[in-house]
Amino acid sequence: MNELYQSQRAMRAMRKAAMQRGVVAILDVGTSKIACLVLRFDGADPRLDSDGVGPLAGQAGFRVIGAATTRSRGVRFGEIAAMQETELAIRTVLKTAQNMAQIRVDHVIASFSGAEPRSYGLAGEVEVAEQTVSEHDVARVLAACEVPDYGAGREVLHAQPVNFALDHRTGLSDPRGQIGNALAADMHMLTVDAQAVQNLAQAIKRCDMELAGLASSAYCAGISALVEDEQELGAACIDMGGGSTGVSIFIKKHMIYADSVRMGGDHVTGDISMGLSVPTSVAERIKTFHGGVVATGMDDREMIEIGGDTGDWEHDRRTVSRAELIGIIRPRVEEILEEVRARLDAAGFEHLQSQQIVLTGAASQIPGLDGLASRILGQRVRLGRPMRVHGLPQSVTGPGFSAAVGLCLFAAHPQDEWWDFEMPAESYPARSLRRAVRWLRENW
Amino acid sequence: MWPLRRPSDPRRDPAPSRWAYRMQRLMLTPAFRLTLRAGLPAAAVVAAGALWLGDAERRAHLLGYVAEARAAIESRPEFRVELMAIDGASADLAEEIRATLALDLPTTSFDLDLDALRETVAALAPVESVSLRIRPGGVLQLEVTERVPALVWRSAEGLHLLDAEGHAVRRIAARTDRPDLPLIAGEGANAHVAEARALLSAARPIAPRVRGLVRVGERRWDLVLDRGQRIMLPAERPRRALDRVIAMDGAQDLLARDVTAVDMRLAGRPTLRLAPAAMEEMHRIRRIEWGED
Repeated sequence: MNELYQSQRAMRAMRKAAMQRGVVAILDVGTSKIACLVLRFDGADPRLDSDGVGPLAGQAGFRVIGAATTRSRGVRFGEIAAMQETELAIRTVLKTAQNMAQIRVDHVIASFSGAEPRSYGLAGEVEVAEQTVSEHDVARVLAACEVPDYGAGREVLHAQPVNFALDHRTGLSDPRGQIGNALAADMHMLTVDAQAVQNLAQAIKRCDMELAGLASSAYCAGISALVEDEQELGAACIDMGGGSTGVSIFIKKHMIYADSVRMGGDHVTGDISMGLSVPTSVAERIKTFHGGVVATGMDDREMIEIGGDTGDWEHDRRTVSRAELIGIIRPRVEEILEEVRARLDAAGFEHLQSQQIVLTGAASQIPGLDGLASRILGQRVRLGRPMRVHGLPQSVTGPGFSAAVGLCLFAAHPQDEWWDFEMPAESYPARSLRRAVRWLRENW
Repeated sequence: MWPLRRPSDPRRDPAPSRWAYRMQRLMLTPAFRLTLRAGLPAAAVVAAGALWLGDAERRAHLLGYVAEARAAIESRPEFRVELMAIDGASADLAEEIRATLALDLPTTSFDLDLDALRETVAALAPVESVSLRIRPGGVLQLEVTERVPALVWRSAEGLHLLDAEGHAVRRIAARTDRPDLPLIAGEGANAHVAEARALLSAARPIAPRVRGLVRVGERRWDLVLDRGQRIMLPAERPRRALDRVIAMDGAQDLLARDVTAVDMRLAGRPTLRLAPAAMEEMHRIRRIEWGED
């Protein structure tokens, strides 16, 4: 835990250095595409820092000056499967984005969708040292949270305090300066597979870049695709990507749950490819041009040329009706949505007052998906697109870029994480010089 | 049967190679770009120049060429100064200026430092101000304003002519060289020339008898007349005291009598010092008046 604290703090220091340079790159490593945005920070608006998220919902203060997308290679289920291939893809996208921005970027903030995220709710309670709650008390209560055994080979990706309670009052977002005796905190911790994180860090390092932050793409998609009210009142964001589908639940502007389903649009393509016995690229084209999930009578008559270049006339002239295509696509989409439903049920989403569900991600563009989703997930389903940020090119405003845009917001205004607070002196190893320094600083 | 469409050439990998990627990043580094754009050409030029100048013979040739060109320009008739004209100075002052400047004419105007020349000439004692310029036609024109001697000052160092402001104009050998100018004497007299001139002009009614003014104790004036007479003036308002003496002289022929000194130092008590013979005579008259004899 201590080691993780140090490494996350090192990443925060790197992010600070990037802010001073004023340029940082955003890298969303997905299964079907890798997106990179280059952000330029031109003096944060001081009003935004004063009271959390301002009227512009945090997307002021930076500008996108470079954007690039490339087909992903060597990534499966949102995890790096072939290092060399992924490195090539990351290099391609970084080069193109830097070329567009005409500026050299040294810091990268990355997000990824896979690596089996698991959410934990942590709770801790301490006595307030003085009469009023200080930042030190907040750090102590966060350190006092009982950390479950999340298993070897896992790493903590996010650890955000979501709620504070002071004596009998709960639901405090910032307890500092308030008077009370017992301070309790709820923390949401997200762990991921350490191997995947290390692979990603390694791939980025091999591109001569410094990693200045890591985020789960389910979280990022939630930041950008949910509007402020939904984040406040409670909503779930379903980020339907190529290889995995991210689920994140927000309430009171905090993520309280995240998970991912290891199925996505690529599986639909695979089904089409197998069902029609066509190459994957053709299946992808057929899916994007003719795909759908709700069949009507018209679709029986609409014949789709499958094509092929075997030279066999019969084989190359095959056609399939759109209804048949929908018959292939729909079960897989239903399966994905049912899996999502299972995850939401496991998280206890039905106990939230607001049952809003937002579908985003590139696979959410299948026509008729919202109708299908409202049958499986609940009545209040809408399709979400990323919010607009300065300088974002038209080509990256689609729902497939929710995570990338959310990562921009995450880079510009990160939420307080556990490691943003100074660790209390007790948690340093005994006989450590830093412990002595901390003790002196706190007591003099 | 082969596919009808030609097998497309193996697709080029769009990913940059590691070195291409690094090269691109290097080219986007501002410092590196500046070095490449400005630093490299500058270094090349400097290196080429240094290489060419490395040979001593070439260097000497270059220096010789520069000197030649310079000489050729300087010796053009447009820049020659043939002679020096001095206006507003007496003959001996003009001679002195020429001797001081010691210009080797003709010369080029590049070698003449007019400011230094002006300072040199202005530093001469008889010169009040001077303006120099090079007139078209190669003439160095000096407009000199000479100091006009107003007084002769006798001091421990000898005799000096002073102008109206007290600046020494020149030394003279004997008082008889300038009998037309009044004489002042004494230490510190040159600092109060204006006062001395005012007193001398006030003494105009007795001008034929005035020998000069003496500064006493660097504080006050004595007006010295012939027959060894002396009018001792106070340090404050000497002009008024002198006027009183002259008025007394006009009324009672004071100075024509056998008086050695008229002491006006105390305004409330003017005092006369009689010559010994006059003193005897006065005592005798007193005794007669008192009927002692």
